[in-house]
Amino acid sequence: MSEGKPLKPLDDLDVRLRKAQAEQKPPIGDGINSPDGSMSGFGMAMRIGVELIAALIVGVGIGLLLDRWLETAPLFLLVFFFLGAGAGIMNVYRAASGLGLAAGYARPPENINGNGDKTNERT
Amino acid sequence: MANPLQQFEVKTLIPIHMGGVDASFTNASMFMMFAVAGVATFLMLSMRGRALVPTRWQSMAELSYEFIAGMVRDNVGSEGRKYFPFIFSLFMFILFANLIGLLPYSFTFTSHIIVTFAMAITVFLGVTVIGIVRHKLHFLSFFLPAGVPKIMAPILVPIEIVSYLSRPVSLSIRLFANMMAGHTMMKVFAGFVIPLGILGGWAPLAVDVALTGFEFLVAFLQAYVFTILTCLYLNDAIHLH
Repeated sequence: MSEGKPLKPLDDLDVRLRKAQAEQKPPIGDGINSPDGSMSGFGMAMRIGVELIAALIVGVGIGLLLDRWLETAPLFLLVFFFLGAGAGIMNVYRAASGLGLAAGYARPPENINGNGDKTNERT
Repeated sequence: MANPLQQFEVKTLIPIHMGGVDASFTNASMFMMFAVAGVATFLMLSMRGRALVPTRWQSMAELSYEFIAGMVRDNVGSEGRKYFPFIFSLFMFILFANLIGLLPYSFTFTSHIIVTFAMAITVFLGVTVIGIVRHKLHFLSFFLPAGVPKIMAPILVPIEIVSYLSRPVSLSIRLFANMMAGHTMMKVFAGFVIPLGILGGWAPLAVDVALTGFEFLVAFLQAYVFTILTCLYLNDAIHLH
């Protein structure tokens, strides 16, 4: 590093430090659509398939447990089956359109190109 | 033909019973210890030199560190840095579990849903607690998105709650299903090699060779997916929209 050319003077150390710090703090990505780390096609396909099933499993599980607890045999199973199916579709929609994982249809506010774009808000 | 599911059997090695709880040391526990020991040995031995110009081993260790540090930075931001040790441990543990499981005669404990579910529920509970601590009651806005008509709330809130509760399930099913399906498929094809004889046995053998390569990809990919989803859940809890 220090061989050959003279050492860099310390007065531009401040600039270099700030540059290094800025590199450490990039804007927060929205995860799935992050420029570098987009998942492979296979990973995405697996993710979407599992997402659909998992919500259904949770819905049916909650329904069965509530039914067993309150002894209202098929009532909660039916209700939560459809809620689970709805949640599964919603998970898939969110995963596929890159809305992030939190509730709602708004794009993450950190996402610059998605900000203020209301076309996708309700589909 | 050997049972292709035999490889997933949990065998008790040292029986331990404490107060009616079966806490025996099984082959799953043994391979978990191997994974932890493997990670520790890999990182400690490869970083022993601490050279400015890294050796091959040191650059492997640095590469894995940089990979996860970059993932946390990109997906959670600078507030996520304090969760880096947990996320890095999680990634290395799953990665080593998957890779050790590829060795012949070994046991893949990530192919058991209880193992992956335990990890996923830990992540889920941790993330939920972080969200509640940081946002207090505002955290409940998770379940009622802004701008939704009030009349939709009775339908939408249960759906959102089910969707939120499905996170640990989908996280664990993904890892477990990938590992189990891959290993079963390999065993099924391997079971055809000898019965088909010297003429036909080559075809399933070739498939198995290809599957082994594919399994290496899946081992990395699933460790990556588990970790990146942990980062995304963490990001959701820290930056609530």
